[in-house]
Amino acid sequence: MTQKLATAAVLALAATAGSASAEKIKFEYWYGLTGDLGAVVAETCNRFNASQDQYEAVCVGQDGYEKAVQNAIAAFHAQKHPTLLQSFDAGTADLMLSGEFYPVHKLMQDTGVTVDWADYFPGIANYYSASTGEFFSMPWNSSTPVYYFNKAHFEKAGITEAPVTWEGLEEAFKALKASGQACGMAYAPSSWIDLEQFSMSHNIPVASNDNGYSGLDTELLFNTTLHVQHMENIQRWINEGYAAIRTQAAGKTARDSFVEGECSVFFSSIADHNTIHKLAPEGLSWDVQIIPTYEGVERHNTVVGGASLWVLAGKSDEEYKAAAAYLAFLATKPEQQFLLENSGYIPVTKSTYDALLAEGFYAKEPFINRDIAMKSLTWTEPTNLTKGLRLGGMIQIRAEWTAEVEAALAGQKTMKEALDTATARGNEILARFAKTYEGKTFP
Amino acid sequence: MRRAHFKTSWIVAALLAPQLLVIFIFFYWPSAQALYWAFTLEQPWGGGNTWVGFDNFRAVLSDPYYWGSVRVSVIYALATTALAMGMALTLALFVDRQLAGYRAFRVGLIWPYAVAAPAVGLAFQFVFNPGAGIFSYVNTLSPGLWDPSRYPSQAILTIIVAGAWKQVAYSFVFFLAALQSIPRSLTEAAAMDGARPMRRMMDLQLPLLTPTIFFLIVINITDSFTDSFGIVDTLTGGGPFRATDLMVYKIYADGFRGFDYSGAAAQSIILMLLVMALTFVQFRYVERRVHYS
Repeated sequence: MTQKLATAAVLALAATAGSASAEKIKFEYWYGLTGDLGAVVAETCNRFNASQDQYEAVCVGQDGYEKAVQNAIAAFHAQKHPTLLQSFDAGTADLMLSGEFYPVHKLMQDTGVTVDWADYFPGIANYYSASTGEFFSMPWNSSTPVYYFNKAHFEKAGITEAPVTWEGLEEAFKALKASGQACGMAYAPSSWIDLEQFSMSHNIPVASNDNGYSGLDTELLFNTTLHVQHMENIQRWINEGYAAIRTQAAGKTARDSFVEGECSVFFSSIADHNTIHKLAPEGLSWDVQIIPTYEGVERHNTVVGGASLWVLAGKSDEEYKAAAAYLAFLATKPEQQFLLENSGYIPVTKSTYDALLAEGFYAKEPFINRDIAMKSLTWTEPTNLTKGLRLGGMIQIRAEWTAEVEAALAGQKTMKEALDTATARGNEILARFAKTYEGKTFP
Repeated sequence: MRRAHFKTSWIVAALLAPQLLVIFIFFYWPSAQALYWAFTLEQPWGGGNTWVGFDNFRAVLSDPYYWGSVRVSVIYALATTALAMGMALTLALFVDRQLAGYRAFRVGLIWPYAVAAPAVGLAFQFVFNPGAGIFSYVNTLSPGLWDPSRYPSQAILTIIVAGAWKQVAYSFVFFLAALQSIPRSLTEAAAMDGARPMRRMMDLQLPLLTPTIFFLIVINITDSFTDSFGIVDTLTGGGPFRATDLMVYKIYADGFRGFDYSGAAAQSIILMLLVMALTFVQFRYVERRVHYS
């Protein structure tokens, strides 16, 4: 009898233990970051899983943002998609219009998780929210461009302060050349920096309809703005020997060229700040500066790049609860700081940023001046032209821009012709996109 | 000759069914889907599509860059086929002559076929890299002479060489097999009549190889149209300024990267028709010169 009882007790124990582990609600998260940064994502999942025993994040790397979105679409058709998807901005116009997502604002409301949405920087909030101001997706790894410069080269050329205007930078190139520095700037065409962020910081349009925010019948306008003159300047600097093209295809990336001390300046995302610290040889003295604007133009805010986390439609309430818990976990200060310390990304909420400032986070290496990016991002309140871009076929439009600019830089056509062609071809892409989603509007 | 056949047709149907099912699921169904997409504007996340008739085809065919892509694809296909088959035939003829070490070569020459296209691309990136590759020696002679990221013709040359290298092994196997199936007595008879190795190749072996040559031309051309993606993606990414934007790479770029499923589907249909037309031309006109048996 006692034996029977004991067996029953053991069985009951086993059953409760079993159900306790089965009760752990799992949800899947597909992310695009790779390499070191991919490892950081995986680590956030481990930290989340270790922090509580209710939920379990199953995180799967997808080898790049593009592949993450492609795979999620394919999986979505088979109803085997993840609950959470890390997607880059350029890949989300289709997702936004399809409506096959659970707006993160609503998710948090429905699952009873309180998030202080007003705490997010406006430059970030506008990028990831609907016209009504409600967040679609959760900002996470965010960056904005800056320029990196070689302090020793600048000192040798007698440049005391890193210029914040393009005119000033051109003077700096001349001084560098005069001081015997062969390559002033390592240049790789980047539509994100040269077109999109450049237009934001100058408060000039990339496209009509407030850069696509207020309608699908959008047309590109960048061949009519200061952007043309800027690209012509870059071309002139290359032709006059102040800058040189450094791309992977040409044998060396701009970043490698900068780290090796070959070129004095290069433009990139603040996310590279951490990487350069790792790559830089002993003795390379370098710093970052805000991206320049042209004289006589009032500087405006830049917008975020990077990616945000989307909650996809068609999953169970349980999974949504788990995903909400994970998203709330990521938004906490310790987790934001974990990301910052292990990458070059920036804080996404004001409270975290203020707390970090108060702690002197940005006053010590290797984080000194990394908050230049924050200054750039928050320079002004976003205007209708500096909220961001809402363009369909953005990946193709970027590819058109890059191919045309490369052709111009190789001397096959003038810069103006190249940008006119890129605009015309981009407009065809936008028209196709508008026709595909006829009758729909961005939420 | 008496023809063997089953009396009851349901047995035939049952025996054929698994095979037909596989073909249907993996070939006809996706093809039909692509055909349907080519006539609509498809929303990638689902949620409907719009019938647009021939609009997608019109858009593709009226794009001057698309014709550039067709042009470079044809150049690539013809050049890789000629180069790969030329090299394969030369190598096979030598291996067939059983020169010293031919057994090792026979195995070694088959290996490249087992290498995946992206790996081939990566390997050739080291060869052709203007800054660090073997070809950077060219640049020490005259700076800037070799730079596939700037000169379209050099970029095209790079993918042709890499593509041909990958194809050599396949053709080599077939050539060698065909050469070895030529009866020794024929070669020996020719030798006794005083024909030197070179003459025997030209007048005896090559004519007997025509069925193999024809088969390999068809396979190689089809393959270089459809299987060039990995090499382009790793070596040039379609650049500089679209010079190496082969049709199959453009399909990938538009469809998978750009989410333009319909445009990519229309391009796939065009590519399929082009390959079919080329194959038809080959069977109709080239095969006439082929002597079987």
